[in-house]
Amino acid sequence: MAIKTDAVGKEWPATTYQVGREKIKEYANALGLDSPVHFDVEAARAAGFRDVVAPPMFAVVYSSPAVGPAILDPEVELNFAAMVHGGQEFEWAEPACSGDEITTTAKCLSIEEKDGKGFYVFETNSVNQDGAQVVRGTWTLIVRGV
Amino acid sequence: MADLNVGDQIPELRVTPDKYLPHRYAGASGDFNPIHIDDELAKAVGLPRNILHGLYTMGLVAKANAALVGGDPRALRRLSVQMRGMGVPEQEIVVSGTVKSAEGDRVVVDTVAAQGDNTLIKNAEAEIQL
Repeated sequence: MAIKTDAVGKEWPATTYQVGREKIKEYANALGLDSPVHFDVEAARAAGFRDVVAPPMFAVVYSSPAVGPAILDPEVELNFAAMVHGGQEFEWAEPACSGDEITTTAKCLSIEEKDGKGFYVFETNSVNQDGAQVVRGTWTLIVRGV
Repeated sequence: MADLNVGDQIPELRVTPDKYLPHRYAGASGDFNPIHIDDELAKAVGLPRNILHGLYTMGLVAKANAALVGGDPRALRRLSVQMRGMGVPEQEIVVSGTVKSAEGDRVVVDTVAAQGDNTLIKNAEAEIQL
């Protein structure tokens, strides 16, 4: 059965995420990151940040809520039970700091079948409250046995 | 600042995630997929046990590269990874990397994360601004 590609190019409504100090701390602790710029507002300001700054991979925390509805959209017809996260790219611009309000949009870039597997590629784009680019993400999800 | 040349190895990062790490990462990231936090369910769907989040391992790849510039969160400009093997708690993860290109103040590091012979992340490309 040919893979359904109708959703290529589809965009989903934006999600908004409020970045907070305690959430940054929780993420940094899980990864064993110990730079004071993730924990201490004075250290962060001394290093030139507006407030406590998120580690780069905190991008998953504020951008993945935009990907969820895309993956689960019936029009995409992605078999979630057989899905693995096959690849990920982030390209960072402005750092995310506590107090930022980050808006993320998601779009389906491509759906392709290769060797009996479905490759679903989504792009997210995140901007902050000033409209400054924060991060662009490319999410490659692989579904076995399409 | 570290003087990095093509072919240089970056310092290895070695981390052994404890039994409860997937739970803490689930809380931190918001990804509560049960294959990461429910050992019984993971086994029922054919996995060896509950598995690590791929994005946690990617986070360690980011950490190993950011360490080159003292953990400065502005230094990592781009990170692209391919996730392959499934990682498990309570086994050491080794993140290693080799400088692939160095032009001006930008270096690209080819990075790998593995548990023993099991490659978790390969062909990871980290672009760092020194």
